[in-house]
Amino acid sequence: MSDVLAVADHRRGVVRDVSLELVRAGRELADDLGGELHLAVIAGDVDGFADTLSLEGVDAIHTVDAGEEFNHDLYAGATAALFEELAPAAVLMPNSVNGLDYAPAVANSLDLPLVADAVGLSYDGGLEATREMYGSKVETTVEVSEEPFAVTVRSGEWPAVEETADVPIEAFEFDFDESTSGARVRGFEEVGAGDVDIADAEFLVSIGRGIEEEENIELIEELAEATGATLSSSRPIVDNGWLPKNRQVGQSGKQVTPDVYLAIGISGAVQHVAGMKGAETIIAINTDPNAPIFDIADYGIVGDLFDVVPALTEQFS
Amino acid sequence: MKILVTVKEVAEAADDFEIEGTDIGEQFLEYDLNEWDDYAVEAAVQLSEEYDDVEVVSATIGPERAEETIRMALAKGVDRAIRVWDDDVAAADLDVAAKTRLFASVVEDEDPDLVLSGVQAADDGFGATGVSLADDIGFDWAAVVNHLETEDDLSTAHVHRELEGGVEELTDVDLPAVLTIQTGLNEPRYASLRGIRQAQSKEIAQFGLADLGLDADAVRSPLSRTEMYEPETESDATYFDGSADDQAAELADVLREKGVVAE
Ligand SMILES: Cc1cc2nc3c(=O)[nH]c(=O)nc-3n(C[C@H](O)[C@H](O)[C@H](O)COP(=O)(O)OP(=O)(O)OC[C@H]3O[C@@H](n4cnc5c(N)ncnc54)[C@H](O)[C@@H]3O)c2cc1C
Repeated sequence: MSDVLAVADHRRGVVRDVSLELVRAGRELADDLGGELHLAVIAGDVDGFADTLSLEGVDAIHTVDAGEEFNHDLYAGATAALFEELAPAAVLMPNSVNGLDYAPAVANSLDLPLVADAVGLSYDGGLEATREMYGSKVETTVEVSEEPFAVTVRSGEWPAVEETADVPIEAFEFDFDESTSGARVRGFEEVGAGDVDIADAEFLVSIGRGIEEEENIELIEELAEATGATLSSSRPIVDNGWLPKNRQVGQSGKQVTPDVYLAIGISGAVQHVAGMKGAETIIAINTDPNAPIFDIADYGIVGDLFDVVPALTEQFS
Repeated sequence: MKILVTVKEVAEAADDFEIEGTDIGEQFLEYDLNEWDDYAVEAAVQLSEEYDDVEVVSATIGPERAEETIRMALAKGVDRAIRVWDDDVAAADLDVAAKTRLFASVVEDEDPDLVLSGVQAADDGFGATGVSLADDIGFDWAAVVNHLETEDDLSTAHVHRELEGGVEELTDVDLPAVLTIQTGLNEPRYASLRGIRQAQSKEIAQFGLADLGLDADAVRSPLSRTEMYEPETESDATYFDGSADDQAAELADVLREKGVVAE
């Protein structure tokens, strides 16, 4: 009982990056445990996905040829069945939106302790996981005193494995009839299209909950106008209906890579950072010196946006 | 129909805080209703307004202090509340499995037709209790729901699950189900004065492990937090000091230097 089973993530025919990161996280954990890394590929074009995932460090790939797309009953059921067959020490799943929809069910049905959203893992006689708390203001170490265990892994924390290898692929039989599942996927919808594509902008002025009231957005619009910047925002601004969905930066919004990203009154939650960390230069204005946005910023102003923003606009008028 | 909403009181760290042992010092923590649960409460209350004979019950695992937050949910239209706590629960490091066992007992007592839960709690961010509970009690489920419509006979919920990158998955879920609610699903109401007054007379029932037919084993957890520290920063930001005008002037120089400001 020293192997690791990791479950790949894919959507609409494409293997998602977090799967390549899971291979790294899984390999490292398997090395600590002194075991093998097994990868599960469930639903859709499993053979094609298995080819993509034939990567350095993977000892075996198990394909479950059932269903077209993600279905949590299929994923939870197939993962649990594979777990029973392989008896690994650990099952690793992505902390993606789909991971959120099946990983807790896997842990519950197999009666495994669950560590969610891990950003670091090590094993030395017991699992030690690193997690964040309080909106990424602190990190914690969590020890798990039971084995086997289940972990979901935050995307973007482990470097993707890209070196290909010749990995044995085995088909795993799992009977599944989606029509009997209590949750049936009817399709997908793209949201957030609109007049402006913030992904094209060179300079984004982005506003977060620090703005407090809808009418205060005018301040930011004046700055954007004076500087020729494009306006974007964190999620709460869109949730409140103050800006349209196509302005949202982040995991569930848009990924942006401007030359300059000016984050105003944005704390830097992981799901926000996921969308903007590729910006060349990141500048943050925030009253909280401990705001996690400063950890990734190149320039910082610890200050009140209601003082700094008008002064900045003034500089360009 | 009965809707159970899980409501958590979450802690938020003040701008300046200190870590004491494996947690932030109590004096640096402020408590509030979990943001995601606020949307779940609103969804439940809206359903109770849309259909006849809907009772909304909230369930919280938390100390007496949490009653303030629970009153907020009651003021927004929750009919009655359950709070689970006793010395054994207080002494435990509650992991997902322990919370699942506690809520599963509440579900057994209450027998709801629908359970709504926030996608995650803002403080510890596990994002797992709703789905774990669903699996445990044999309900169907959907996680990260940002759009919800129900069939008139309440047999099915038509939901959107918000995936990454501006894509939503359209899914039908059979009821009874657990739905984990994402922000943006609705517009949570503010409690009205009348609601706040009414909340004072609504019932908050307190249950300990024994009341739920459980013993201390139910909250024994193999997870323990052994360390907490401030993360090392990945980058060394250059900070601008001085008055707001000085800071703005320096920032303006950087923007000009980077060539992103229209002349
Ligand atoms: C599945 C999932 C997907 C998500 N997807 C996204 C996403 O795509 N994009 C996204 O942004 N979020 C997303 N979130 C939400 C995310 O977790 C955070 O809740 C959100 O990013 C917080 O936005 P914020 O930084 O604007 O607000 P907060 O975290 O509330 O931060 C506000 C900041 O403003 C500062 N501030 C307050 N007043 C002032 C002032 N006067 N001057 C200067 N600073 C001030 C505060 O110090 C604080 O740091 C997602 C969450 C989940 C669970």
